[in-house]
Amino acid sequence: MSDKPAELLEVRNLRVDFPVKGGLFTAVKGVNFFIRKGETFGLVGESGSGKTTIGRAIVRIAHASSGEILFKGRRINGRITKELDSEVVQKIQMIFQDPMASLNERAKVDYIVSEGIINLGNYKGEAERLALVQKALLEVGLLPEFASRFPHEFSGGQRQRIGIARSLIMEPELVICDEPISALDVSIRAQVLNLMSELQRSKGLTYLFIAHDLSVVRFITDRIAVINKGELVELAETEELFAHPLHPYTRALLSAIPVPDPIQERKKKLIIYDPACHDYAKDKPAWTEISDGHFVLANGAEAAEYRRVLAR
Amino acid sequence: MKEETILSVRDLVVKFELRGRSLTAIRGASLDLHEGETLAIVGESGSGKSVFTKTFIGMLDQNGRVQSGSIDFEGVDLARYSTEEEWLRIRGKKISMVFQDPMTALNPLRRVGMQIQEVIEMHQGMSGKQAEHAVVDMLDRVGIPDPAMRARQYPHEFSGGMRQRVVIAIAMACKPRILICDEPTTALDVTIQAQILQLIKSLQNDFGFTTVYITHDLGVVANVADRVAVMYAGQIVESGSAEEVFYDPRHPYTWALLSSLPQLGVKGKPLFSISGTPPNLFNEVKGDAFAPRNPRALKIDFELQPPMFQVSPTHSAATWLLDPRAPALEPPAAIQSMRAKYAGGGK
Repeated sequence: MSDKPAELLEVRNLRVDFPVKGGLFTAVKGVNFFIRKGETFGLVGESGSGKTTIGRAIVRIAHASSGEILFKGRRINGRITKELDSEVVQKIQMIFQDPMASLNERAKVDYIVSEGIINLGNYKGEAERLALVQKALLEVGLLPEFASRFPHEFSGGQRQRIGIARSLIMEPELVICDEPISALDVSIRAQVLNLMSELQRSKGLTYLFIAHDLSVVRFITDRIAVINKGELVELAETEELFAHPLHPYTRALLSAIPVPDPIQERKKKLIIYDPACHDYAKDKPAWTEISDGHFVLANGAEAAEYRRVLAR
Repeated sequence: MKEETILSVRDLVVKFELRGRSLTAIRGASLDLHEGETLAIVGESGSGKSVFTKTFIGMLDQNGRVQSGSIDFEGVDLARYSTEEEWLRIRGKKISMVFQDPMTALNPLRRVGMQIQEVIEMHQGMSGKQAEHAVVDMLDRVGIPDPAMRARQYPHEFSGGMRQRVVIAIAMACKPRILICDEPTTALDVTIQAQILQLIKSLQNDFGFTTVYITHDLGVVANVADRVAVMYAGQIVESGSAEEVFYDPRHPYTWALLSSLPQLGVKGKPLFSISGTPPNLFNEVKGDAFAPRNPRALKIDFELQPPMFQVSPTHSAATWLLDPRAPALEPPAAIQSMRAKYAGGGK
């Protein structure tokens, strides 16, 4: 790709602290990346790595302690104008992991889906609101008459579709998908993944796809960032990352994914990541671009070694 | 491998009474478990895979019962067991279970060591110092560092992976003949998952027990299983060696399940997906339970339940496609490419 689309979102030195007993816990330690318009960007890590916190910082549920989050070139964290605030509320939406927990059990689908536009008030009259809800439901493959039902009447896959409808109705540009299919069955996963890529194509959506399951992420993302303990350790185009994983943590993570192929699985060698393999006493690691668009957290010696590996 | 049958299930039917209605969770499932092997039972939620194995240790919920069929284990029919007293001779002692969520499987108010010791004292007749030694020994075997100190801690002081090791230690405490692992790694991270799977394998090598995995993750199945049984709507629709089921599946449901995996998908193209939902087991299922979701179902699939057809001595599938009168139907592209890969020496 020579003419790359513009950057929609950029995260610069993002740091998120949480107060804990006797001090601060830093969940995200100075993270840098950008997402291009129309792409699917994967953020992969284990539980506790801070991947969800980054997503939440972008939609401003979590407070960024320092650093900048830029949406279309404008800073959206910290103090911002009212107009920009309501624009961000509309243009950046989130889909959550557990469709059983993320829908209000006591509200009807009609209200759940239209809550966002009710808050913004960007429609004229009840008729238009109803029409918007119906359109959103149709777009995610649900029937318009489902609007009068309660969440408990739906299966997990349908509930996730409701979650998607509620973000679509806002006409977002960036959708943050936090493990949107991990709670679903294998056959339902495929349905939801297909729906998401269809919507991306028809509406030009940009996705930040947060997940721990690298096999799913490989299938749908254009680029992947790997996060470990609050730090990005590697970022590259998806196939590049799978073909040439450089950082030892990425390699360990890749080796641990079970592949549905018995012969390959039996031959597999498990790599275990030992943070002690880095010698960072003198030479501190930095976020380094090893080759075009392939970033690794490495110190000088490691970066030289990685370049040698890639050159081979 | 020598094929000695350790547990044999025949035509098992399990029903649950729910709000005055009767749900048939297991609709006549048969299965042989061979000594020393690892069998994986694969299915989606609601397919009955957990209920099926729970009948081996008498852990059905209050409203469930085995209606017919038999479970032969060591010369007795477990399906006839009714009292808790009878089950205590089997459960935990001969057949143990590891559950999905190590957080809820342990008692949060008791020290980890005591929870293991309880099992050892109850089933092995050890007591006092001897039992304590056995506990520390067991924790060491499942790879918990500093076992003597860890034995005195509470579950909340352990990480998820370590907690699952404790649960495995409890299950192993009586040296069972069969270990049932119900989604043992679903709640864990992939790197930890790989370690736990390895641990169970190495324990199996040392102790020589037979393992039954219940999982929906086909990657895990490929990693651990010698044999695979695919469950759908309360029946085993296909079973065979791991190679047979992954590289030469015969049942349309197995085709669909494998094809819908993102690993087999082609980027940029829609993933194969199964439309619809599994049948409602409150109602009687007619014909092949998968037929309504199978776009290429035959007419007979809607009318008559297919019997098990033998593909090879170890491989069988319940689909009319294997009947000699059936039209030749090619499996989906993803399955064909898997098959070609296997024919080419698995490269």
